[in-house]
Amino acid sequence: MTVAAIKEYLAVPRDRVENFHGKQLVYVSWDRHLLFAAPFLLCLPPETAFRELVNGPLAMLLQADPDAAAIDWTKVEWLKSNQPWTPDFDASLAANGIGHKDQLRLRTSGLNSLLAA
Amino acid sequence: MDMKVTKKKLGLKDKYKLMTRDLGWEPSYHSKDELYPYMNYEGIKIHDWDKWEDPFRLTMDAYWKYQAEKERKFYAIIDAHAQNNGHLNLTDARYLSALKIFLQAISPGEYAAHRGFARVGREFPGVGPQVACQMQAIDEIRHAQTQIHAMSNYNRYYNGFHAFADQRDRIWYTSVARSFFDDAMSAGPFEFMIAIGFSFEYVLTNLLFVPFMSGAAYNGDMATVTFGFSAQSDEARHMTLGLEVIKFILEQDPDNLPIVQNWIDKWFWRGFRVLGLVSTMMDYMLPKRVMSWREAWDIYGVENGGALFKDLARYGIKPPKGWDDAEKAIDHMSHQFMLGLYQWSFGTAFHAWIPSDDDMRWLSAKYPDTFDQYYRPRWEHIKKLAAAGTPFKNYGLAKLCQTCQLPTVFTEPDDPTLTCHRETVYKGEKYHFCSDGCQHIFENEPEKYIQAWLPMPQLFQDPVNGDLGEWMKWVSLLDGKDNGDYAGSEDQKNFEAWRGLATTNQ
Repeated sequence: MTVAAIKEYLAVPRDRVENFHGKQLVYVSWDRHLLFAAPFLLCLPPETAFRELVNGPLAMLLQADPDAAAIDWTKVEWLKSNQPWTPDFDASLAANGIGHKDQLRLRTSGLNSLLAA
Repeated sequence: MDMKVTKKKLGLKDKYKLMTRDLGWEPSYHSKDELYPYMNYEGIKIHDWDKWEDPFRLTMDAYWKYQAEKERKFYAIIDAHAQNNGHLNLTDARYLSALKIFLQAISPGEYAAHRGFARVGREFPGVGPQVACQMQAIDEIRHAQTQIHAMSNYNRYYNGFHAFADQRDRIWYTSVARSFFDDAMSAGPFEFMIAIGFSFEYVLTNLLFVPFMSGAAYNGDMATVTFGFSAQSDEARHMTLGLEVIKFILEQDPDNLPIVQNWIDKWFWRGFRVLGLVSTMMDYMLPKRVMSWREAWDIYGVENGGALFKDLARYGIKPPKGWDDAEKAIDHMSHQFMLGLYQWSFGTAFHAWIPSDDDMRWLSAKYPDTFDQYYRPRWEHIKKLAAAGTPFKNYGLAKLCQTCQLPTVFTEPDDPTLTCHRETVYKGEKYHFCSDGCQHIFENEPEKYIQAWLPMPQLFQDPVNGDLGEWMKWVSLLDGKDNGDYAGSEDQKNFEAWRGLATTNQ
């Protein structure tokens, strides 16, 4: 049973991609950098190049962390839906297989200024 | 000649019988199933409604009398508070942030509870629970009203109180409490009783009301303290009703046990998430603190909750499934919330702030295993950013949990340095969660939770479409007044100026 109900009950999800006027949601977070209280929610067209996501909104949001300037983007390890994954920076979100509401995580081993030893 | 006839007075027992149990009747031209159509679909089996024991034996006429007396006292004190500028007796206007959260998120919950109890009072066939639910429904609407009245005096002087009803519907953090009550109200009558009557009123309410009312007393808020006293005897009755409900259901049929256990697991976790905000109030928002969230949890959660579940063990009830994960979160959650509230304070109708050096010393002492190691470095960095004139604002908005609707600020139960990432796909759509507890609740009834109105994704849909200024108008948030850092706010300036007038000759 998918819901306790007196008769058959089918619901409509509220956040389907067609509600976003040609854009989609992408969640991005930086592992072990918890100055940022929660993963970021970004709303972008699926044609956006991955490089634009990184150099644009993501880089701007990450600035507040003291490690931000030291990120070597060629060495970042990525996870998509919690699985290891390699992005193509020049391809679009869609071509990278980044679907609506997908969660991306970046890992930068060795960088961790705000964690007391 | 007229004979003087002595009026017959009913004994308590007869009165109770006539004014409760005798009010019921056997239907003659409709079946019981037609009259009470929601009694069977949840799977709970009740064989004899007369086995229901009323712990209070209170009848409606006595109820009105008691409540009216309390009301008179309450409004007398509220009036005196307003006339004597009671707001200037507060320890500090930072305290008001806790009050604003309460008014925007919790008082509407009282109203939701009123609607819920009015409904289940109609849906249960037994007269005993019908009368008890009716009284609780009236209590709850009275609580909503008296809370709003108690806090209305602050609205004359301070920001953030003026649009609590709009904010209840539209601003992001209130959807946590709203979805909690919506979930209960859209469940069946038995689940509602376990959710609100038992899990919330019995297991968790002490964690909300005791710290909140003590916090008000410690911080000079006579208005809220007065409300607390006025509601106290009602709360005692609600707790007793909650306990009676669970015992009654479990004694009626052994098949009820697994259903009830599942609800206890669910509603403990949902309640724990909603009440998480109380942890921040206790550890950060009260200028004069009562006790730490950890200390409150040890008393009201571990000791009282532990004793309760020991008592229920004879029915086969086990402590809620999320209990261990809750325990692991206790030393982290208030810090995780406050960091979020500070960095998103441009979007809150209350103020947040960076804890002072004194505050941080208190936090290290109360959280010796977590604060200095994990949270102090973040606050110190945020302090540096503020001192450099670039205060930290996180405009990234937040990923929300599909079930509890909180920003996913929580870490893995066994790794406080790593955000807890949980997701699932249902009918081709992806959903995210803050914890295993919330994911389990979703997976048990996905068709219910896919409808969640999540305020962050909604911000990018009609009618706001990602425009932050439009969003502020839509949620009735006055930018530069209601929101942002307490330091430099109108509330701070006004409170200090007025208090200066009251206490000095300048």
